[in-house]
Amino acid sequence: MSLHDTLRGGAQSIFRRIEEAFDAPFGGTDNPMRHLGALGFYFLWIVTVSGLYLYTVLDTSIEGVHTSIGWLTEDQWYLGGILRSLHRYASDAFILMTMLHLIREWAYGRYHGFRLYSWVTGVPLLWLMFFSGIGGYWIVWDRLAQFSAIASTELLDWLPIFNDPSARNFLTPEAINDRFFTMLVFIHLGVPLMLILGLWAHVHRISRVDHFPARRLALGTLAALLLLALVQPAISDAPADLSVVATGLRLDWFILFLHPLTDATSPAFVWALLSGVTLLLFILPLLPHPKAEPVAVVNAANCNGCARCLADCPYAAVTMEAHPYKPGHKIAIVDADLCAGCGICAGSCPSSTPFRSQETLVTGIDMPQQPVNVLRRELEKKIAGLEGTTRIVVFGCDRGAAVHALAAPDTAVMSLMCTGMLPPAFVEYALRGGADGVLVTGCRTGGCEFRLGDQWTAERLTRRREPHLRANVPAQRLHFVAASVSDGEALATALEEFRTRIETQAADSDRPPPFRRRTLHHD
Amino acid sequence: MIKPSAIIGQVILYGAFAVFIGYFATSPKYHQIPEDVALIKLSISHLGDRECRKRTPEELEKLPRNMRAPLDCPRERSDITLQVDLDGQTVFDTVMHPTGIAKDGVATVYKRFEVKAGEHMLSVRMNDNLAKPGFKFVKEDKVNLKPAQVLVIDFNPDKGGLFFQ
Ligand code: HEM
Ligand code: SF4
Ligand code: SF4
Repeated sequence: MSLHDTLRGGAQSIFRRIEEAFDAPFGGTDNPMRHLGALGFYFLWIVTVSGLYLYTVLDTSIEGVHTSIGWLTEDQWYLGGILRSLHRYASDAFILMTMLHLIREWAYGRYHGFRLYSWVTGVPLLWLMFFSGIGGYWIVWDRLAQFSAIASTELLDWLPIFNDPSARNFLTPEAINDRFFTMLVFIHLGVPLMLILGLWAHVHRISRVDHFPARRLALGTLAALLLLALVQPAISDAPADLSVVATGLRLDWFILFLHPLTDATSPAFVWALLSGVTLLLFILPLLPHPKAEPVAVVNAANCNGCARCLADCPYAAVTMEAHPYKPGHKIAIVDADLCAGCGICAGSCPSSTPFRSQETLVTGIDMPQQPVNVLRRELEKKIAGLEGTTRIVVFGCDRGAAVHALAAPDTAVMSLMCTGMLPPAFVEYALRGGADGVLVTGCRTGGCEFRLGDQWTAERLTRRREPHLRANVPAQRLHFVAASVSDGEALATALEEFRTRIETQAADSDRPPPFRRRTLHHD
Repeated sequence: MIKPSAIIGQVILYGAFAVFIGYFATSPKYHQIPEDVALIKLSISHLGDRECRKRTPEELEKLPRNMRAPLDCPRERSDITLQVDLDGQTVFDTVMHPTGIAKDGVATVYKRFEVKAGEHMLSVRMNDNLAKPGFKFVKEDKVNLKPAQVLVIDFNPDKGGLFFQ
């Protein structure tokens, strides 16, 4: 294992631990660690809305900027002051969320293959984000702004860009004029706009983007920021005075950390660091990484153009086109560049039902590495081999809690690439084929490797999404357990409880009628 | 329904989030320079001199009428030498080169010196034409620097050359 893999593995286990610890109080839907991107978007919205208000009161003359911003805090603390504080703290929160989001995507190895596009489009956003933040602090034109302006231009001047050092603009009080602030505001509106456009590009290749946190999470974080705004309102430092050095600064370390870092090292070091990190992020996808999964394959004869696979694909890899030979019908087309090879589409296809009489089950959209036909054959074989009083079939996920350890004479185990790949009819098929109960397990809520598998599984099994579980499957005989890789023991316990539940509660009368395929194939 | 323990957990974590943001948005305080120190900023941006030659009357005669400039000047500008002494010690000694591929742009310098607040003897010498020996511009003065004060050493021919501000 390379040093990089070791580091990444370490980071991953830290993230997993925190996420799972947060599941206890928050649950998966409200767990901030599972929705960092959505929180990033949300804080950016808060920044945008509060920023628009600040803009309306801003006076962009040299004398005006400091007083007009100060007025917000002192005379209109109940509105302008709070919005100003929100603007500042939400910016910090935005940066924090983005950095965590980046580290998390890296830690889980989500930077290559079909995710390359999301990764590469994310990197420039970092520059825009810090650029916006630093520019924002300049507008206040207090001592902190002065410090940041001088430090930034001194850093910039290390690069051979300008003939005349740009830091000369901040030499003496006379050097600044009103035009400077007009330009600043222009930049401070323009760069965030580019950031928003960049974000649109960042998420445009995935479907059903998690772009807004769940209501409770949104309210909770807003309440936290509001409370902070009241307890510690954002205030300005003394007005800028270029004839003195600004010291004893209340520095925003989220946004302005580069300045102390430059002082502690050197401009050369900081530029090497910035360009090094940027380059590293860009070339990370070129480092050795696991091979891409085979992509989904459509079978024209078995596709009726229902578009369920399009609706369920988490990576917008499916489009519909005219069917080659069924007039008036459509056919699903898979874009191999976008396809994650997750199998969720196979689970969504109505042709994946195992009740079909074909000797070889061919579905509309299938995975070469784990075709539905193989799943059916394996299931039939395993059920036939079950013995004992309460025979259970477990459908699990390769990415979630390992299910193989649960295999026993009375327990058949099937591990899928993603539980989202399970056509609900397989549950019914297992019960009618001789199982007394079916346990389905997949990653915890919000923990799906392929974003949406947990959600679709839950909705299909609770009959809220097509293809849904048929009504003849009794609730007592089906159990769903959300279990991550670290939940092996909990899963084993849940299986035993389920077995007891069936033994004590399930009535023979609720068993769906047995079903045997005419051409049942034994090998 | 959420369990009471979960509500308490959420409140604690949202609180920790607010504290974390609130703390690092303002703290720890940053002191760029020690308390009893002032800053001298040497920032000069100046076009070096050129070595011009007077054209002879015969040469002028040969030129088209509209191009008969009395001086023949090269595009290239001279390097500029600059020395700064603080309390009799040379603290900075540099040669500034003209910018631009044709070496016809301004030569610049930007440098910060941290000095203890108090009285200092500051002397700056500059020569913008290396074809001539010695220093064309000299500025020497006793300066009294308050803590955190910024003293700028600049050059402006309209203000009589080198000056402190
Ligand atoms: C600037 C702030 C950013 C915001 C607001 C943001 C937001 C998002 C959102 C909402 C998603 C979709 C998540 C989902 O629906 O499951 C996403 C996906 C992703 N982001 Fe970002 N992002 C930002 C920056 C970055 C950066 C800097 C990187 C890394 C360089 C990055 C890497 C990724 C990757 C790899 C995915 C794909 C995840 C997947 O396919 O499972 N993002 N981002
Ligand atoms: S395998 Fe996954 S990513 Fe590929 S088409 Fe099917 S659902 Fe979409
Ligand atoms: S779900 Fe199956 S039948 Fe429907 S469009 Fe996709 S491949 Fe075709």
